[in-house]
Amino acid sequence: MTKLLAFCFASLVSFVAFAQEAPDVLVQRVTEEVLEIVSKDKDIQNGSTQRVIDLVDQKVLPHFNFRHMTALALGKDWKKANPEQQQQLTAEFKTLLVRTYSNALTNYKNQKVVFKPLKMNPADSEVLVRTEVMQPGSKPVQLDYSLEKLDNAWKVFDVVVAGISLVTNYRDQFGQEVRNGGIDGLIQSIASKNKSLQGNVAKADKK
Amino acid sequence: MMDKTFGWRLPATAFLAAGLIVSGGPAHAGDDPHDPYEGFNRAMFAVNEGLDKVVVKPLAQVYDEAIPLPAKAGVGNLFDNIADLRNALNNTLQGKLAEAGNDLGRLLINSTVGIFGLFDVASELGLARHEEDFGQTLAVWGAGDGGYLYWPLVGPRTVRDTFGLVGDIYTDPTWGTINKSVATRNSMLGLRFVEVRASLLPTDKVIEEAALDKYAYVRDAYLQRRRNLIFDGRPPRLDDDY
Repeated sequence: MTKLLAFCFASLVSFVAFAQEAPDVLVQRVTEEVLEIVSKDKDIQNGSTQRVIDLVDQKVLPHFNFRHMTALALGKDWKKANPEQQQQLTAEFKTLLVRTYSNALTNYKNQKVVFKPLKMNPADSEVLVRTEVMQPGSKPVQLDYSLEKLDNAWKVFDVVVAGISLVTNYRDQFGQEVRNGGIDGLIQSIASKNKSLQGNVAKADKK
Repeated sequence: MMDKTFGWRLPATAFLAAGLIVSGGPAHAGDDPHDPYEGFNRAMFAVNEGLDKVVVKPLAQVYDEAIPLPAKAGVGNLFDNIADLRNALNNTLQGKLAEAGNDLGRLLINSTVGIFGLFDVASELGLARHEEDFGQTLAVWGAGDGGYLYWPLVGPRTVRDTFGLVGDIYTDPTWGTINKSVATRNSMLGLRFVEVRASLLPTDKVIEEAALDKYAYVRDAYLQRRRNLIFDGRPPRLDDDY
């Protein structure tokens, strides 16, 4: 009984600790956890995309605000979508981004991540966490995360690799789709892209 | 890593002339204000994709698989060392003298202790590498980007960066001053070209899978990357109105 109580107490403490975790600490903790798993998981090292996607799903996604990301990717077109369309867009864009992010992750082997000192005021509700990925034989790559404070927890809403935002890099492509086929056309384009990629994963993992 | 896409160098004068013709001619009205020559660019992009598939990428793959990692790292460092001269020059032109001094220090250390630049000892010692070129200098001096262009083999460049490329070639020792022999120069340029393409192989899959429209994805990534470089890694956040 005491053990159970102690466990409950410990979980509560760790929950509270996570809820108030500083944004840079959060990014560092999640990054190190994920890299640790990537370096040990045999399936991932053998190139299983599905394993990486599952890992990202489980460890990384809870800290992302995909609704904000999708709005950012659409820019002014976001307001043209009704709530239901916004939900569909968010779901499809999430699937696409997870894949991009997972692909980028499997490119790195034996990498080290250097965390830059954080500049922020206690009152800030938005912050940029800067890191650098070092890899033997390659130049360091700048990897930055924009985070916002939501209900006491920090959530990522943009990932910037070598100065290229994985989110806003879609804005022109999405704008083009909206001009051609409206919001529904855009939803359909992302969905069919996701479907064809899902087919690739199934094929690759079977091999 | 990414910036290397944009480091492909070829005799640029011809391209520059073509660029002027393009800028002078009637613009293909693109929807994107950054891409007034979209029709021309998409055609060149298709040419380049074909060339890449048949010639450039297979060559890069052979290089990537045949050469062991330490040797590849050495080749990369060698060209990076030569590029530190360009970095120092352009930091000076932009008035960033401390950075220019840092670059010259790197050049000195890596050319000596680093054995002709094969090892990047300076980075280990804490002298960070900068990424500067004449296109960025022109931007710092206030030149607009002049619209986006896509060149075969060279890849993406804005009009400003095309002029920048010409400046870079004139000041690049690989292109002239240190090599009296045309054969040596051509081998060096060829090796650099293949090395750059090989270093980009891992990003192929990311772009292929991420993009709805590969042409637009590459264009916007290039423009973001250049903006980031011009502001030395700290560009002000753009308006996120939605």
